[in-house]
Amino acid sequence: MGTADLETGTGGKRLVGEYYLNLFIKAVFVENMALVFFLGMCTFLAISKRVETAIGLGVAVVLVQTITVPLNNLIYQHLLQKGALAWMGLPEMDLSFLGMVSYIGVIAAMVQIMEMIMDRYFPALQHALGIFLPLITVNCAILGASLFMVERSYDFGESLVFGFGSGIGWALAIVALAAIRERMKYAEVPEGLQGLGITFISVGLMSLGFMAFSGVRL
Amino acid sequence: MSGITETIKQRVGISGPQAREALLAPLFDYNPVTRFVLGVCSALAVTTSLDTALVMCLAVIVVLSFSNTAISAIRHQIPHSIRIIVQMTVIASLVIVVDQFIKAYAFDMSKSLSVFVGLIITNCIILGRAEAYAMKNPPALSFLDGLGNGLGYSIILISVATIRELFGSGTLLGYTLLPSVNNGGWYYPNGLLLLPPSAFFIIGLLIWALRTWKPEQVEKD
Repeated sequence: MGTADLETGTGGKRLVGEYYLNLFIKAVFVENMALVFFLGMCTFLAISKRVETAIGLGVAVVLVQTITVPLNNLIYQHLLQKGALAWMGLPEMDLSFLGMVSYIGVIAAMVQIMEMIMDRYFPALQHALGIFLPLITVNCAILGASLFMVERSYDFGESLVFGFGSGIGWALAIVALAAIRERMKYAEVPEGLQGLGITFISVGLMSLGFMAFSGVRL
Repeated sequence: MSGITETIKQRVGISGPQAREALLAPLFDYNPVTRFVLGVCSALAVTTSLDTALVMCLAVIVVLSFSNTAISAIRHQIPHSIRIIVQMTVIASLVIVVDQFIKAYAFDMSKSLSVFVGLIITNCIILGRAEAYAMKNPPALSFLDGLGNGLGYSIILISVATIRELFGSGTLLGYTLLPSVNNGGWYYPNGLLLLPPSAFFIIGLLIWALRTWKPEQVEKD
């Protein structure tokens, strides 16, 4: 779907830039991973009690997302797609059913590698993100972004922008929810609705707000 | 008859009460969705109509019970430091089987479920049960635990989907129950229920109802 738009834009650099900007805005607001597609909800609801930790988790998600989505795109285009193995003399080979195992493997490995790199070069950042990094492996927003990338057949550049944008969108949503929950301490919530119940309802209201973005195009 | 069940019990090494608890506790008392906030992502996204929710529930029950069984069977062989990757691989392989099965026999359904079948891999219920239960218990019990948790998840999913489809479009499984005004009936469909945010409200209210019924589930701050 995207490639056609892109081809018309290759005439001028500005148009390509505009196309990517549009994709970015779409990934952040219009198709927000957390509030429109409900991905990564488990972590979203569990680790949004304080703004500080929410920011830490948000940064980690943006990092992992920006790396894994383009990486999975390369794997899909050069190894799994039908006809991708033509250079090996196997033009009929279609390995796309192995997609999910490879993506989750890439994600788990990337998270592990990032943890090691951070441990070696940025111990302070690693200390701050510590417990959140392993959790990211099972964050469905990350795997979801890779699956969407395949479903919408993004190319490498598009998947880079999409990965970064969807990460930013998710981070934005969790920080906003954490801020709301911090304020909620001073509210009188009926017993039984306290905690989880009211969190669900406030996320619902946030999601209603984000629906206003639907259809926005630059 | 009772003799046979006794021998089966001895074979698999589980007792009645233990099995009952593994199967029934996750339904209401320890429901994975409302108690532990696990697996919420898919609970919200596939509940616009009852048929997608039913297929999703079946897929989760199958993956959850078999991944629990498989992981529990090899639990003594899994090295501790790479256990997450091993568990993910088992789960992902099962999900691929389910995904291919749905694609083969219900292609339209697989189109409307889109990426959400694949996302069963990262459904935290499955990894959570593997980590918390299957790694410590024998295969038969783990199977029951997987079945129970799958059913607990299904209860929530099916109730949300029923409410959303019935009041959102006046139908259930495609059959018209409340004839809508557009088709010459009397019912004004509530469009809000078809929008994504309504799932949050419904689950929020379900949790409220469940916690009024069982007050011990309210979390302490």
